[in-house]
Parts: sequence; structure tokens; C-alpha cells
Amino acid sequence: MKTIKNGIIHENPVFVLLLGLCSTLAITTKFENAYVMGICVTIVLVLSNFIVSLIHKLIPTSVKTPVYIIIIATLVTILELLLQYYAKDIYDVFGIYLPLIVVNCIILGRALAVASKQNVWKSTLDGVGIGIGYTLALMVVASIREVFGNNTITLMDSISTLTGYRAIYRIFPENNFIPMQILISPAGAFLVLGILMAIFNAVRKGGKHESN
Amino acid sequence: MNLISLFIMSFLTENIVLTKFLGICPFVGTSSKEKSAVGMGIAVTLVVTISAILTYFLYYYILVPTNTEYLKTLSFVLVVACMVQSLEMLIKKQNPKLYKSLGIYLPLITTNCAVLGILLLNISNKYSFLEMLVYSIGSSLGFTFVIYIFSTIRENLSRREVPSCFRGYPIALITASIMALLFARYIGI
Repeated sequence: MKTIKNGIIHENPVFVLLLGLCSTLAITTKFENAYVMGICVTIVLVLSNFIVSLIHKLIPTSVKTPVYIIIIATLVTILELLLQYYAKDIYDVFGIYLPLIVVNCIILGRALAVASKQNVWKSTLDGVGIGIGYTLALMVVASIREVFGNNTITLMDSISTLTGYRAIYRIFPENNFIPMQILISPAGAFLVLGILMAIFNAVRKGGKHESN
Repeated sequence: MNLISLFIMSFLTENIVLTKFLGICPFVGTSSKEKSAVGMGIAVTLVVTISAILTYFLYYYILVPTNTEYLKTLSFVLVVACMVQSLEMLIKKQNPKLYKSLGIYLPLITTNCAVLGILLLNISNKYSFLEMLVYSIGSSLGFTFVIYIFSTIRENLSRREVPSCFRGYPIALITASIMALLFARYIGI
């Protein structure tokens, strides 16, 4: 439990560790993309942490990184094939950002920092925690960008082939709300994340006296 | 597509850092110093150009004929990792002085999403060999350019009074946001 909470708050991959920002910024134009990407990353992270912690004693230190990258790349390729078959729409939406999970620094980072040192159970849990923290962060960024930038919240659209439902909601009444389109543009992504990070910093440090 | 406009597109208007968010980790991580930003940029340009040529032949002459396109992620990562490793050894042997200034950035490139991103974009945009070459060089020079500008701004910022919760990464991201706005305006060229 403590490990999971640690991954969500103290070592939140996006707001604190600043890892995996590529996908955080790129795919968070829709709420739906955020949680699907979050789930994908979590699955790969948990599995890679599990496998790495199982076999890390067999791998010589000098080739540690390449071997881990191959493990992660294999997992991502499997995921790519599954998504391509079962959810073609979301596969198309993600484009190159799906294979880029391989170089998402979170996964390799956790494999090197945690999975190759801890036992199997602990590193799997760490994967779950970091994965949830990542997913939540993506969801927060995406909901701000989509609600204020486009005045919608997309719960299910591209994955509707998988679930059978479509769910896109309008948040504010149309005639007295002008969407801030900048938030959907790349500049908006940096802006939202920067401000959120500052808020997260302020809350986390809250009360503590500042040194110097 | 005209090669010159492709170059300008990849260098400015569709800059990989500011519009496609590739290579953000080194962008905010290593770019607090001017010198390290340039070092990182040169190293990335070198690795991208060579591995783009390799992966082009790998994809169209090995993976496509054997119907194993799904292996592209795996094989491209391997190419990049091998590239980085051999380049590191080569530079170390040939030019120890260069190695000292460039060496520390090389291992970081394996997990730099800009590198793998450019390689994958080359394939998904279905570029010909020449276009692929121009796009790879343009994008990686664009990366170097942006990371250099950004580092000079950040050096300046570090001497300014910034509200404590914005210090470090948050203010860097907001700076990046303003830069992205500016770069989006180059579209008129």
C-alpha cells in the first residue's frame, strides 16, 4: 500500500520525477487518450518490472541497459499488435507515440532504479503505483486541456469499437463560453503542465519553511 | 515535396521539440547550461543521421520483404543502442578530447525519444531516401537549435527572482510554451 501511494504522490512520475513527458504533452488533447495511454504504460511498466526483477541476477551489469530495453521493446511490440487488432482507431490516434513507450524514460528508469534491486513482489507493486500516478497525472492534464480548450470531455470515442459505447459530453453551455484554443495547441500543453507542476510543488511543500 | 521546404518545415515550423514533444527529457533536463546543450545537440544529430540511413535500409530491404514490419520498434531501438555504443567506442579511441566533451551525452541518447521518434516518423511519413535524409538532418538540427536557445534563456532565468514554487522545471515549461507559440508563427514562411 505504501509503495503504491509513494508512486502516486512522492514519486509521481510526471510532476516530481519529470519522466515520460513526451507522451504526457503529446496525447493529452483528449481525456480518453490520456487514460488509454496511462493504462498501456502501466501494463508495460508492471510487466517489465516483474520480468526484470525475476531475471536481473542472471544479467551481467555491463549489458544491463540493452537487455532491459529489449525486454521493454518486446512488451511494447506485443501491445502494439494487440491494439492494432482490437482497437484500430486508438492505434491510429496514438501513431508514433505508441512505439515511443519503449523510450519512455519512466519504464527504463524504474527497471534500473527499482526492479533490478528489489524483490519481485515489491517491484511489481512499484510498477502499479508509478503506473497509477502516471495515469492520474495524464488524466488531470488532459481534462484541463480538453474542458477549457474544447469545451468537451471525451470518455469514449476512439475505443468505442471495443466498448460499444460513445460518450462525449459538453461541459459549459455553448453560448456563454468561448473555448481557449491555445490549450489544445502544443504551447498549451507546456503551459498547463508548467502551472500544474508549480501547484503540485506548492502543495507538497506547503507549510514547510523555505531554505534560503 | 520540395526538399528545401521539407528542410524548413522540419527545422522550424514542425520542430520536433515544440510541436511533437519529442526529446523533452533532455530538453528540460540537460539544457540548463549552454555548453551541454550544444554537446547534446551535436551528439543527437550525429546519431540520428547515421541511424536514419541504417534503419531506412533495414526497413525497406529486410523487414518489408520478409513481412515482419511489426518488428520495427524492436529493431530500431536495437540499431540506436548499437549505434550509440559503437560511436562512443569510436570517439573514445580516435579523439579522446572530443570524447571528454561529448562522451557523457552519448549514453543518454539511447532513451532520447527524439531519436527513435524521427526514425519512426521517417517510416510513417513514407519518405524516399533523399527526403528521409533531409528530414532527419533538419529535425535534429532543429532540436539542437531549440535546445540551444532554450539553454541561454534558462541561464538568464536562473539569475532572476522566480516565485519559489515555479523555480526550476515549472518556469522552464512555461518558457517552452512561449517558445512554442513563437515557433507556431513561422508557419507563414
